[in-house]
Amino acid sequence: MADATPVAIDVDELKKSFGDVDAVRGVSFDVPTGEVFGFLGPNGAGKSTTINMLCTLVTPTGGTARIAGHDVVLERDAVRRQIGLVFQDPTLDGYLTAAQNLRMHAELYGVERSVLAPRMRQMLEMVDLWDRRDAQVLTFSGGMRRRLEIARGLMHSPRVLFLDEPTIGLDPQTRNSIWTYIRALQETEQTTIFMTTHYMDEAEFCDRIAIMDRGEVVALDTPTALKASVGADRVMIRTGDDAAAIETLAERFGIEATMAEGAVTLFVPAGQEFVPRLFAELGVSITSVQVSRPTLDDVFMNYTGSTIHDAEADTSSDQGKIRARAMAGVRR
Amino acid sequence: MNAVAEAPEVAQVPEVARVRVPDRSWRNEARAIKVVWHRELIRFSKDRMRVATTLLQPLLFLFVLGSGLQNLSGAATHGVDLKTFMFPGILSLAVMSTAMFSAGSIVWDREFGFLREMMVAPVRRSSIVIGKCIGGATVASFQAIAVLCLAWAVHIPYDPLLILGLLAMMLLLAFTITAFGVMVAARIKQMQSFFGVMQMIVMPMFFLSGALFPVSGLPGWLAVLNRIDPLTYAVDPTRRVVFSHLDVSEAARRTLDPGVTWWGWHLPVMFEVAVVFVLGIVMLGVAIWEFSAND
Repeated sequence: MADATPVAIDVDELKKSFGDVDAVRGVSFDVPTGEVFGFLGPNGAGKSTTINMLCTLVTPTGGTARIAGHDVVLERDAVRRQIGLVFQDPTLDGYLTAAQNLRMHAELYGVERSVLAPRMRQMLEMVDLWDRRDAQVLTFSGGMRRRLEIARGLMHSPRVLFLDEPTIGLDPQTRNSIWTYIRALQETEQTTIFMTTHYMDEAEFCDRIAIMDRGEVVALDTPTALKASVGADRVMIRTGDDAAAIETLAERFGIEATMAEGAVTLFVPAGQEFVPRLFAELGVSITSVQVSRPTLDDVFMNYTGSTIHDAEADTSSDQGKIRARAMAGVRR
Repeated sequence: MNAVAEAPEVAQVPEVARVRVPDRSWRNEARAIKVVWHRELIRFSKDRMRVATTLLQPLLFLFVLGSGLQNLSGAATHGVDLKTFMFPGILSLAVMSTAMFSAGSIVWDREFGFLREMMVAPVRRSSIVIGKCIGGATVASFQAIAVLCLAWAVHIPYDPLLILGLLAMMLLLAFTITAFGVMVAARIKQMQSFFGVMQMIVMPMFFLSGALFPVSGLPGWLAVLNRIDPLTYAVDPTRRVVFSHLDVSEAARRTLDPGVTWWGWHLPVMFEVAVVFVLGIVMLGVAIWEFSAND
């Protein structure tokens, strides 16, 4: 029955509040079987809460979610049997060897003894750790541990593999090889992959992307379609007077520009042709110009009003302000 | 998919060993219990420092304190070596420290994320808690064997029945203490706090239990605390088993092995054993409830 359904993940108006804080405000989306689905958003956007609800670790306050046809609240165990998890924080036992960690996992998931050994070998070979199978995990580097976690998450052939920031803090080479495994898996086992990431260049590898901001899904499509939807080049200029530049742009060109990463940023259909006009008519000294084709960063900016890096800087400076205010309050 | 991003090459994955996760069954729960138990053993065997450090304290008590106080108490023990008298208490202390340490690894697992791996597995939380308790009990029993190897040094004979009796008692005590430790650990988020709590609990329990003194003729307040201390009901049967295999005078037996009384009633050994067992089961129940409830 579970195999018959083409939808691996089916989320409908899913909500979660922690006290007064609405972390997730009713998100809905479907992920078909075998898709690599990327979940993007700044820290605090509700990505982790959503992923935790989907893998039964957090109970939703509203809405429903089904994994391979099983409800995450009502059929928690059935869901757990269908999913593999790779968390942002490591969850390996450093005292055990790589092989012992995998065996422990297989036993917990009731993997048949007869297939345990070949499966373990296959997974360890895939992540290039077969030679290190009898080494204690304590001796592993960060990249090796992450690879081992992925191998472990796959030991029981999950229908859906959840990866929460699987490549964060890893070197480009390891990141690349992790992507190789993800693609290989999708080919051989039709595993559906649901992942969160910060890296816009990685999001390009996904079949579809959802952008989450302030607890809501603000955009959902293929990377190509999302970039096409922006439909404009990004022009970033550094000027002598940013405020005057933004004002002039609005008045004379009818373009709404914003500040992003310290530069006046605007979107125009043909960037190269627009720049000479800009120099001629802006009336504010320009110190540098950068024109770029739309990227997922622009998509992100288009939908959320800030780049993913600014969005994060904002969250932390907001917290800083709150703290400063609280301290000022104490002083008064 | 998309043309812009360079899709990585597809890796060579050897023939797929397809796995199916079976529905929940007792057999799987048993496997989960076994693997959690097995993990305790592996960790214990790899942590030699821990074996050594948890043995040090009981040995200090036994040989340093025991030998030192022997000079003072020679007359009162009716010729029995004070170390022989203290041995059952010291054995219990060694078991108790090891069992608490095992239970504490739950806090460690929480801090280092491994608990999460166990919590999302499609098995009952009770299986994980039970596996942990049996694991702690097994490991602590190994520690008991290590201490028992020193029995000759304190004039206790190696009678097979005696050794079996002591081991059985220590296994039971270890199980109860691990259950107790897991129950406490369920509420604690940091390793340092757990060690603090552990010190606060283990030492008073040890001192009050009669590990170092006979439990008859105590001042009223101490007698009450002694009867409340669960460890009393583990130390006393252990001592009775030891003394039943010793060749000592009736006076010495009366003074050193008086047995525990409730309002003048002498508790039978099996009753004391039952007290420890029931406490263990109750605490195991609380621990399971705590882990199943805090999602």
